[in-house]
Amino acid sequence: MGILMGILTVAFFRLQVLRSDTWELRAESNRIRQLPIPAPRGTIHDRNGRVIADNVPGYAITLLPGPPDSIRATLNKMSQYMEISDERIESLLAFLTRYGRQPLVVDSDADFPVASALQERRTEFPTVYIEMRPRRRYFGGEAAAHVLGYVGEITADELASADFSQDLYEQGMVVGKAGVEKQYESILQGRRGLKYVEVDARGRIVGDFGAFRVDPGEGGESLHLNIDIELQEWIHHIFPKSLSGAVIALDPEDGGILALYSNPGYDPNDFVSGISTELWQDLNADNRNPLFNRVVLGLYPPASTWKLAVAGIGLDLGVITPDDKMPVPCTGSYVFGDRSYRCWDPDGHGFNNLAEAIGNSCDVYFYQLGLRIGLDPLLRRSTEIGFSRKCGIDLPQESQGIFPSEREFWERRFGYAPREGEVLPLSIGQGPNSQTPLKIAQFYLALARDGSAPTPVLARGLEIGDTWALDLDPDHMQALREGLRKVTAPGGTAHFGTALEHWEVLGKTGTAEHGLSQAGLAEPHAWFAGMAGPFGGPPGIVVVVIVEYGESGSAIAAPIMAKTADYYLRKKYSIPTDSVQTYLDHVQIGPVPTWYQERYPAVIGAIR
Amino acid sequence: MRQLTKWLLEPSLVLAVLALTCFGVAMIYSAGVVHIPNDVTQNAWIRQGTWFVLAVTAFIVVTRVPVRWIEWVALPSYTLSILLLVSTLVVGTGVGTAAGVKSWIQIGSFSFQPSEIAKIATILFLARFLSQRKDPLNSVQDLLLPALLVGLPLALVMLQPDLGTAMAFGGILFAMFFWAGTPVILLLLIASPVLGLILSYDTIIWSGYMVALVGFLYLFRYRLLLFESVGVVLANLAAGTVAQPLWNRLAIYQQNRILVFLDPEVDPRGAGYQLIQSKVAVGSGGVMGQGFTLGSQKRYDFLPEQHTDFIFSVVGEELGFIGTALGILAFSFILGRLVHMATRTPDPFAGLVVLGIFGAWLAHIFVNIGMTVGVVPITGIPLPFVSYGGTFLLMCWISLAIAVRVAHEG
Repeated sequence: MGILMGILTVAFFRLQVLRSDTWELRAESNRIRQLPIPAPRGTIHDRNGRVIADNVPGYAITLLPGPPDSIRATLNKMSQYMEISDERIESLLAFLTRYGRQPLVVDSDADFPVASALQERRTEFPTVYIEMRPRRRYFGGEAAAHVLGYVGEITADELASADFSQDLYEQGMVVGKAGVEKQYESILQGRRGLKYVEVDARGRIVGDFGAFRVDPGEGGESLHLNIDIELQEWIHHIFPKSLSGAVIALDPEDGGILALYSNPGYDPNDFVSGISTELWQDLNADNRNPLFNRVVLGLYPPASTWKLAVAGIGLDLGVITPDDKMPVPCTGSYVFGDRSYRCWDPDGHGFNNLAEAIGNSCDVYFYQLGLRIGLDPLLRRSTEIGFSRKCGIDLPQESQGIFPSEREFWERRFGYAPREGEVLPLSIGQGPNSQTPLKIAQFYLALARDGSAPTPVLARGLEIGDTWALDLDPDHMQALREGLRKVTAPGGTAHFGTALEHWEVLGKTGTAEHGLSQAGLAEPHAWFAGMAGPFGGPPGIVVVVIVEYGESGSAIAAPIMAKTADYYLRKKYSIPTDSVQTYLDHVQIGPVPTWYQERYPAVIGAIR
Repeated sequence: MRQLTKWLLEPSLVLAVLALTCFGVAMIYSAGVVHIPNDVTQNAWIRQGTWFVLAVTAFIVVTRVPVRWIEWVALPSYTLSILLLVSTLVVGTGVGTAAGVKSWIQIGSFSFQPSEIAKIATILFLARFLSQRKDPLNSVQDLLLPALLVGLPLALVMLQPDLGTAMAFGGILFAMFFWAGTPVILLLLIASPVLGLILSYDTIIWSGYMVALVGFLYLFRYRLLLFESVGVVLANLAAGTVAQPLWNRLAIYQQNRILVFLDPEVDPRGAGYQLIQSKVAVGSGGVMGQGFTLGSQKRYDFLPEQHTDFIFSVVGEELGFIGTALGILAFSFILGRLVHMATRTPDPFAGLVVLGIFGAWLAHIFVNIGMTVGVVPITGIPLPFVSYGGTFLLMCWISLAIAVRVAHEG
């Protein structure tokens, strides 16, 4: 006991008698305040190392804590020189009551004039502290908005939630709100530092408190994306401004996302300093919904792009071979039960093998294929493949595809037991089937590879999720790709819009009847899903395009796909890029290009 | 008449405790004098004063209770407190900054900490158990059952998790074992798993420690039975193994407090901040102090929990080294009187009870005062007779009454 009490006495003697001056504050009424040192957020780079988000110096206006009445008075006085809403004042006072000893960030990103106006009046605002604080800057503006997302000041709700630990976050900090900024918040944020200052009774900073050293904090880690920002900008350039839609491009090698574009978008830079109420209301009121990321959230009937899935399942189950033809020829419609089911082409396609059926997008062939597979096996296999699952992309939100996994689906949703005829619309990508462009892209990624596809990822060097396997025979993949080749070959529906000088394009158009017309728009959504690469070589890029109310997959969506692929592949193979890309681009401004004449002399002959 | 004046049998001890409690009420009053007054802390001293009256009344009552009753109540009160401790794990609530720690039980508007009752109940029960033994506790085997008696409430308190009170149980265990005649070497060996637990953060240090431990056991091989030595080694191995899961069980703020004790700058914002503010308060007190009620750190409410756990920082700031030294002296006197009482009584039960109370208080005093200057990690443990807290004050006075009562029987 004596020893323990002796230890205590010695400890107090050391602190109070020997080292009192170190610990004593300069004036009796002085106190210590903690001031955070903000850490710069990690930069974001594209696949070529280009910076797409970095930081520039900004100013934060901080108020040292004190009695609520004097804080209120100071804030009111400050509102002469800067914009502080009454709401803001109330929320700051609420923070003060809750986290009493922390400094209050009045404006986490003030403009220079505001900062200098307050700085000039230092004597008037002794408790106001102006600090340099890194401010986010985005390159590429609207083009990459749906990839990057944006940052903003942490809200009271976020601060109280378990996602933002109290050890790392406090009022006034800037955090990721959407996109990869949100997804990779923990990597990008870094750790804020801390210093101690001594303040006098009026709250003025007297100086640093020396007994504890300054903690400089750590900047956030930089993030490297698979995105090619130039490709992203190119897509933004070619995508029709007046139409809504989405484009996603994947690298067949590893599923890396080369581009993820949703139109309309927004400029993430508008959010950095706190978005103005007016702009925020505009963005939300816009019925084209610019904040909505159509690639991962939009659900559309996959339409004819889906026929490849039905074809794959049919081959897989052994109910057809690539050379089989269906017993009933296409005459423009198909009768099942007491109903007639239309083919998109009233002239009909006659007898088709698989590749021809894909090339012609013959509905009658696929009705019969669907009936051969049967409703239950079709539901089971599609569900197994994963059409009612999310892809698991590294973004905060993703819609789950809608596809019936069992017969009960009809009873739950429509209140009746499914009839055998349900299989017909399902076979051509209509019926209760909605998929995100991302999911369709992952499916075409599998077609471009050996039948398996990794999860599409934005962040480079991060393996997420498992591989999606179609379990198809490699020979069958050949057959399916042969069908896709017919779509873009001379005579195929999408030939002229996808013919490129250097690359072979394979793909499938889709025309999605949606039944949901908006603002008088009844036109179907236009799809094009495909892949492109050097002639005779493996595909170098997979691209999926959807244009809402675009009407025609071949006329609207296919050229966007081809131009996207061309831009990327030219860069990849070091061929100078050109704004005149497809056959259609060429003939609009001049003669038929020589490369086309050499490759398809028969077509030229027929045109002449 | 003889019964009524019983407390006069220990006049110096009781007067010292009376004075200390008055001092405590005064410091709680001072702790409430802040820049931005708030009702709770401002009037805390009045509530503490009310409890003080109640506590003295309880003291007088308990000093008149027959010792047989006190002996009889040991088993039921121990059983009850174990049940209460178990129920805190289910229905317990947290209070104030330690809201995550489920150590309180609320009945209507009245709430109390079952661990306060458990401390004195464990002392009484262990004293009964040990006093019925004829032989001293010479081996690990002998210590096993009594260690379990203390270990059970200690483990339950750790699960809450309330580190400070667990330390108090540790104090009880070692003081009473020592008094029951356990050789010091054996006590050190029993304590060794705790050391092993702490050292296990570094594999190399821990390995070195284990080698030293085995060497030590080999040197003293004639004093211990083989299975005892093996038991000690196994306990140390177990401690090293459970360290990580146990550490993960601690709340983050508790981990921080321990890390901060090792390096205050680890978490300068949370636990480190408390320590910094406390050290600034104590340091700026200097030799003479800033004067009663005038401490600036306290006035601006910079001290955490300044009317409860950090009351001694207020003493340091306002009354200076003179105040803290006198405070430590007063506690030393009280503890010294308890030891004196224990040596004087011929009754082994009485001696054990007094030493148990000594052990609990010593732990409370050392840990509470030590944390204000960073000698021990910050744990939420109050200072006997001084910290604000009604039931705690009451239980301290009842413990004092029991000590006085049993020591002067016969």
